[in-house]
Amino acid sequence: MSTVQTYVLGQKNAADLDAEQELPAELMTINMGPSHPAMHGTIRMVLQIDGERVVDADVQPGYLHRCFEKESEYATYTQIFPYTDRLNYVSPMLNNVGFALAVEKLLGIETPERCQYIRVIIGEMSRITDHLTCIGASAMEVGAFTAFLYLLKAREWFYELLEELSGARLTHSYVRIGGVARDLTADFDPKLRDLLNRTEGVLAEVETLLTNNRIFRQRMEGVSVVSRDDAIAWGFTGPLGRASGLDYDVRKDYPYLVYDRVEFDVPVGEHGDCFDRYLVRMEEMRQSIRILRQCLDQIRPGPICVDDLRVTLPDKSEVYNTIEAMIAHFKLIVDGIRVPPGQTYSFTEGGNGELGFFVIADGTGRPYKVHVRSPCFIALQALPSMIRGALISDIIPTFGMINMIGGECDR
Amino acid sequence: MAQRVLDDLAARFGDAVQTRSEHGDEIVVVSRDRLVDVATYLRDAPDLAFDAPVFATVIDWLGQGKEPRFEAVWGLRSSQHYHRIQIRVPLDEDDLRVPSLSGLWKGFGWPEREAFDMYGVRYDGHGDLRRILLYEEFVGHPLRKDYPKEKRQPLVRRDGANE
Repeated sequence: MSTVQTYVLGQKNAADLDAEQELPAELMTINMGPSHPAMHGTIRMVLQIDGERVVDADVQPGYLHRCFEKESEYATYTQIFPYTDRLNYVSPMLNNVGFALAVEKLLGIETPERCQYIRVIIGEMSRITDHLTCIGASAMEVGAFTAFLYLLKAREWFYELLEELSGARLTHSYVRIGGVARDLTADFDPKLRDLLNRTEGVLAEVETLLTNNRIFRQRMEGVSVVSRDDAIAWGFTGPLGRASGLDYDVRKDYPYLVYDRVEFDVPVGEHGDCFDRYLVRMEEMRQSIRILRQCLDQIRPGPICVDDLRVTLPDKSEVYNTIEAMIAHFKLIVDGIRVPPGQTYSFTEGGNGELGFFVIADGTGRPYKVHVRSPCFIALQALPSMIRGALISDIIPTFGMINMIGGECDR
Repeated sequence: MAQRVLDDLAARFGDAVQTRSEHGDEIVVVSRDRLVDVATYLRDAPDLAFDAPVFATVIDWLGQGKEPRFEAVWGLRSSQHYHRIQIRVPLDEDDLRVPSLSGLWKGFGWPEREAFDMYGVRYDGHGDLRRILLYEEFVGHPLRKDYPKEKRQPLVRRDGANE
């Protein structure tokens, strides 16, 4: 007849178990991801663990095979915009703008003032959706599901307005070389203002849910600290670099578009931990709201595209009625915009930091080479050193706050 | 500001470097054997202080009438002085090796792995030069100009069973 002891311990008895209490000395290898609930996308981590503690990690970003750089060599400059949307699919407009600026630099053209304001407006809206997603997802991964819903509610408002403007919810492809696809809708201004007010309310709500939440703070504070020097050496930019005390923002340090005409502050963290990364992103959203309000006040009516038949598609009524406009239209569609030979590295402030496009033109309508400097790919390489010595549970907030985007890591 | 950097380099390294500016980018072309010297100087000279890595890639000039065929590119930025520079090293197709700069700037670790994966340039002294976006068994380097865009590769097994 079996005793209680054998029920509990199976075939073993208590004395044997005590002998096995000594844990094995060798490390254990476990695979985290791909498609782990906390690993977005294709990423996989091969962890060497000693109990719950991470001894070493091999991070493999995985591949989606969207082939951005290869496809770009075969597409006209205009056709590349839908590809840039998919680089960072939570802030596509910023990628649109970044690529357009790179090509415009090679062409040597400057877009009209109204277009520049529109680009800043849609860019900052995208930055807000990016940060809303990042904080929302990270909060959810450490258990705060309510905050996720609140933030996604606000993101939805922005998506709705961007959809009204561009016709697409997520992959806007709204920017063109030399301008933007169409002017702002008639009631864009009041809608955006109303939206910003409501979003401020959401941010305040989330702040009360998260900032002084004991669980959230304990999961975030002191986790994966990166010093300022390390942040520079790793090439960190954007919220990640700023949380480590690196005061660097492309919008301030190398102003482009109309960023020199608006007032905003660059939040900088002190500790370089996950909690500072969260705080920096929250403050950046408030600053983006501030920029958006100033842009709405300053924007004036005017043309939204450069008036240059080599770059901008002519008006449809002209295409149907004049031979010059029709030829120009055909040339632009079939051959693409002819960019004079040259090469440039052009960079803007993306949602995750410095977003660079290294473009080489050979005089045809298609680029010879496009290389994208994606901020989260650069940041992700520091992940093994950030989680070394941490607990497995610390990987979740660390990874969430890097805000890795599969499309951006891919080529 | 950045022109001063180029003048400084030209004065110090003479014929070993060629400098130029293009569309606002400052470029220094250096031979492979002097790369580490120039890079170390760029990083350590207090007036230059290029402490932050920006990007690394390779250009394949096939069909453009340029010799040699490849060019390795590194972008650098100074977090103190806010200037930028690109280092370029021309590379012969038959001898695609170049010293790694990941020892000087650890942020070049992944970008160099990616360039190796996509173009097949070997970075000497990298320490962890594995493919990063493709699987180990992949044959060829897809971002080279002579790699056909439409080419497909099934996952080739290590033992060659389905070759």
